[in-house]
Amino acid sequence: MGVEAREARQPWILLSPALVAITFLLFVPLAFIVVYSFWLRTATGADVAGFHLDNWAEALTDRFYRDILLNTLKIAAITTAVCALAGYPAAYFIARSNRNKGFLLLLLMLPFWVSYIIRTMSWINILGVSGALNSFLLWTGIISEPLQMLYNEATVILGLVHFLMPFMILNVFVSVDGIDQNLESAANSLGATKLQTFVSVTLPLSLPGLAAGGLLCFVLAAGTYITPLVLGGPRDAMFANLVFEAIITQLNWPLGSALSLMLLAVLGALVLVYNHFLGMAQLMKGMG
Amino acid sequence: MSTVKLTDIEKRFGDYVAVHRMSLEMPEGGFVTLLGPSGCGKTTTLRMIAGLLDPTEGEIEIGGKRVNDVPIHKRNLGLVFQNYALFPHKSVADNIAFGLKYRGVGKSDMARKVKDALELVQLPHVGERYPRELSGGQQQRIALARAIVIEPDVLLLDEPLSALDANLREDMRVELKRIQERIGVTTVFVTHDQSEALALSDQIVVMSAGKVEQMGAPEEVYNTPASEFVAKFLGASNIVEAQCTGRDGSSMVLETPDLGRFTLPADRGPKVTGPGPVKLVLRAEKIALSATKPANDDVSHGARVETVDYQGQAARYFIRLGDLQLQAINMIDGRPHAEGSQVTASFRPSDCTVLPA
Repeated sequence: MGVEAREARQPWILLSPALVAITFLLFVPLAFIVVYSFWLRTATGADVAGFHLDNWAEALTDRFYRDILLNTLKIAAITTAVCALAGYPAAYFIARSNRNKGFLLLLLMLPFWVSYIIRTMSWINILGVSGALNSFLLWTGIISEPLQMLYNEATVILGLVHFLMPFMILNVFVSVDGIDQNLESAANSLGATKLQTFVSVTLPLSLPGLAAGGLLCFVLAAGTYITPLVLGGPRDAMFANLVFEAIITQLNWPLGSALSLMLLAVLGALVLVYNHFLGMAQLMKGMG
Repeated sequence: MSTVKLTDIEKRFGDYVAVHRMSLEMPEGGFVTLLGPSGCGKTTTLRMIAGLLDPTEGEIEIGGKRVNDVPIHKRNLGLVFQNYALFPHKSVADNIAFGLKYRGVGKSDMARKVKDALELVQLPHVGERYPRELSGGQQQRIALARAIVIEPDVLLLDEPLSALDANLREDMRVELKRIQERIGVTTVFVTHDQSEALALSDQIVVMSAGKVEQMGAPEEVYNTPASEFVAKFLGASNIVEAQCTGRDGSSMVLETPDLGRFTLPADRGPKVTGPGPVKLVLRAEKIALSATKPANDDVSHGARVETVDYQGQAARYFIRLGDLQLQAINMIDGRPHAEGSQVTASFRPSDCTVLPA
């Protein structure tokens, strides 16, 4: 075997374990879902194999699904915006603190050591009728009846922001950390105030990180079903809850498959738009 | 264009003193170089003048006005960094125009000034390009253009040539001097490279460990080093232990076991007050090696060439002279002296400097 042939084969040998895993754990199940989405569920509960467009017709035309999809995108957008506005200053602060950078990043990672579900449930102990906040307000006498703060859209967004903020901060951090501080000094020396320097130099140069963080937050928020399940009311269902409902509760795998593929298509399109303008490389930086 | 005056400035970071009480006056239009090894406090000093660091103590005056409390964006300084620090997301023209925007310069004026600045740095056609499309030397010219287009009171250069290749560095050095003389701006230049300092400066401030070792014109600093550190840092020097056996107003007598006894003018050792141990500074290029004994009254001794470091037009020799090993740098006339050959090493006593031991 020639050197060239050996060199050409090497990357494939190294990639093969990952390729096998991705094939059997991602692409094969995805193919099952695609096939399932064209099956038909009968009144007796048995699924009929075949090529039927009924599920797709229902998923695409029913106003109910469309409204929840739009609401899901709205919640994801608000969550992303809040994460960006609150996360950027924090990320900037960490990137520009020379001594405690490692410690602050560790603090940022700390929440990941606790299960996401536990972290979400913890809000019940804080905001619930007999939770910490209500107890405190009752004790101080500001209120005389416990407030109903849980189980609405605001608490869903709160839970999502809590969950997704580190992703935003990490991505913006990587971007800001990569900006040469001499650029800011140069801008200052040329007559720009701190704020003008931020607007004309730091912010534009950190936009790739902000966009990467935004994409991650948006996609993860739009695909979540645990947060609305735990912190939302009956009317705060998000799209992934419909999939959960169809597959787990109603055992209607064909419809659930069609719905999940619909969400995949919408979010996939968003990633494609992002990739077109910024490229995936930035996203990798933020995750590494 | 302005004078810069530092009065007893000091910078401490916790217990660490980066710059010890330092006073310095830079004349209008002058080219002053802060020279020293890394960590000597030269960049800290520059950053204090720029307003990027606040001095712990002392006064900084620019153009006769105290600027300690003036923020950097109001100091009207041109700042050039070693790594160019061009804005990567802006075109070359926008980089140069950046400072003009904050000075209320009109559109047409701005375009003309940017064009003039590009011509001054001899890159008239790159305005539309982006910094990453330029070579390192070109980027540094643009950084210089961006700093001078705002007509700064003082130009601050932080190792601007250090990131460039050796050949390019020398070209840029000449270019920098030409531009500085043309616009006549007071310039503070920070470098660890002695040849840059000697070639460019009106005045060199040699710094070590946060302290000023010597201040003076390049020839003065080079020919009459005030300390062993300066003698070693600028050029190649031999430091020889010697005894001063006599001194009067005009001359002094030195004696060493290997170089014998010789007389030199008293002003070669202004800090040596009387008899006792001293250090003789003997520049490597002031020791002439020849195959035959020269017919003049220079101090000369037989020596053996131990090592030859061939450098093309010149060679550096390590010679042994009794117990002494000395460095000598000589231009090569014909062919260099061979290793192991016997030569006569001679020097003029008035080329030496004498420091207290």
